Amino acid sequence: MTMPMMHPKRKNPVLRTQQMNLPPGARGRVALGITTAAAEGRFELQTCADCGAVQYPPRETCHKCLSPRLNWREQGGEGLLLGSTTLHHSNDLFFRERLPWQLGLVHLDAGPTVMVHLHGEVGAAPARVRVGARLDRAGQAVLIGFPNEGSAHMADDKMLREMTSDPKFRKVLVTDGKTEVGQAIVRALVKAGADIVWVGHAEPWKKMGGLDDISALPQVTLVPLDLTNGRSVTELAGAIGGKVDIVINNAEVHRNFGIASRRGTDVAKAEMDINYFGLLRLAQEFGPALKGRSADGATNATAWVNLLSIYALSNFPPHGTFSASKAAAHSLAQCLRAEMRPAGIRVINLFPGPIDDEWNQQMPPPKLAPATLASAIVKALRDGVEDIYPGDVAEEWLERWRDNPKVLERELAHGGG
Amino acid sequence: MTPTTNSELMSTAAILGGLVQALASNRIRVIDLTQTLTPEFPQIALPPEMGQCWPFRIEEVSKYDERGPSWYWNNFSCGEHTGTHFDAPIHWISGRNLANNSVDTIPVQHFVAPACVIDCTSEASANPDYLLTIADIERHEANHGRIPKGAWALMRTDWSKRHDPEAYQNFDETGQHTPGPGTEAVRFLVEQREVLGFGSEAIGTDAGQGYHLRPPYPCHYSMHGAGGYGLQCLTNLDLLPPTGAVLICPPLKIEKGSGSPLRVLALVGQDT
Repeated sequence: MTMPMMHPKRKNPVLRTQQMNLPPGARGRVALGITTAAAEGRFELQTCADCGAVQYPPRETCHKCLSPRLNWREQGGEGLLLGSTTLHHSNDLFFRERLPWQLGLVHLDAGPTVMVHLHGEVGAAPARVRVGARLDRAGQAVLIGFPNEGSAHMADDKMLREMTSDPKFRKVLVTDGKTEVGQAIVRALVKAGADIVWVGHAEPWKKMGGLDDISALPQVTLVPLDLTNGRSVTELAGAIGGKVDIVINNAEVHRNFGIASRRGTDVAKAEMDINYFGLLRLAQEFGPALKGRSADGATNATAWVNLLSIYALSNFPPHGTFSASKAAAHSLAQCLRAEMRPAGIRVINLFPGPIDDEWNQQMPPPKLAPATLASAIVKALRDGVEDIYPGDVAEEWLERWRDNPKVLERELAHGGG
Repeated sequence: MTPTTNSELMSTAAILGGLVQALASNRIRVIDLTQTLTPEFPQIALPPEMGQCWPFRIEEVSKYDERGPSWYWNNFSCGEHTGTHFDAPIHWISGRNLANNSVDTIPVQHFVAPACVIDCTSEASANPDYLLTIADIERHEANHGRIPKGAWALMRTDWSKRHDPEAYQNFDETGQHTPGPGTEAVRFLVEQREVLGFGSEAIGTDAGQGYHLRPPYPCHYSMHGAGGYGLQCLTNLDLLPPTGAVLICPPLKIEKGSGSPLRVLALVGQDT
């Protein structure tokens, strides 16, 4: 049983804020295959196409038959814990600051024997365990030995919390509370145990339904935030930037135009101003404080979430300028991820398909319900993944894009296909 | 001796000299009727599927730093109809074929003109949807004289004292609720008084619910249709006399511009 995490004490404001020392982050190119899968929540190992051997650690060729024909295959992760040990000493700064730390050796049913970080609920060896891959604070894949059946509070495990960005007891900024998506995200965060949810609202004179219901929640504080206005972002960062643990940037402008269907560039600019420049403004103002607090106690700053779109991968011509702005935002989010990773802050990108909102009114189903999108965000934070593609449409498009981006481009040019 | 006779007798040099002296000695005061351009000042709100007027936005170019060591300056962006601004006849479809209907071609002498201030403060405070009536104009004229041809008709509501943008915009589920002129009053000012234009303190020259009037947005439709101008987002109208002030309000010289943010100044004599 994991002891449920208690509400952490208030921070003593005169003490020095602990700085982040990352766990070892170097990986070879082949080993990044595990990281790539873990970034999407899967545990994958190399499997030999010739002899079928599953191997770990990753190599250029099969360790049994030397074949170079290796494929990454998702693993169930079931195995037997052969032995475990508890570190009480380490020369590595990350672990030194987090001792004691449990490690185990697991013989996977698939073949290889792997070293894992051991969840506190796993009993003494020999014991059946399930191995999963997670990203650590350096953004690299590590293997974790989970109990076969976890308790209700297993997410509160100290080691696991280092690998994830659970909103429980954390303070979150949601950049736009005026949309249904924003309001669903706020509700999901409150349900997930967030301490404070700051909810941005631009142009306060424009009343939108649902904002009053959100602001009635005791955890919620409405804050003025207009991502098109640099000063507004600066002022909010000055007010709360030093306390935000998770930024969820859901503010977006979405119109349904290609190039020829709308004269002028004003709509495209409005999309770009929020979807791309808004992210840039937000990252410049909130990034530094977030980076400075990534090792700040049990509720350290931990994650940055971007609401992108599956159209960021390949342009959907009926929503062409929106797609372009999301592609720009995706590119910038990669830059943000590169800048945040050395500080131990995870950047999570969401690539949803069409959301069931007013700007997709004329889009046939399936459309992603705002509440489904919101739960996907909370799950991504809890699982510590980097990229998620919520909804059937997003998953299908991703598959087609991975299969052949040029074919998908052609299909989308003919209306989606 | 009426002022008209007096000025006819005086040389223009003496008039200008007198004006300069009166300004220097503060016998004639300069009142600023302009709202400050800030990113927080609201802009006109249209349905989101329509083209939108940009709000005022400003970004530092440099501030005595690595981007420019000895100088401070900004770039800003806004629409022609952002902040305290001028509406030219070309702004509305009814004025699109008139001569000299854009800010760059309007005769510049129109940018210096007398102003009459029609006080509707109590009406607007009782009813945010208040529409100026012909009776209001007649009451004003009964007390302060006939509105001269070529003068600005300014509707004072003290709406500009609503400093909170939410109160200033005053939206509810049926849209915006701000005072403005009624259809008949606009027609009266245009046809019977041949005013230069109409000015208001709210976000537009027309009332917040002006869409529901006939024609929709009567001040835009009729005033611009007759070659008249508009001024909106004015402030400090409470510092003006009901009559006798002179407005100086040249918009930016934008080629074919439909309007422009501008500084609106009023000259107010001590004895008016």
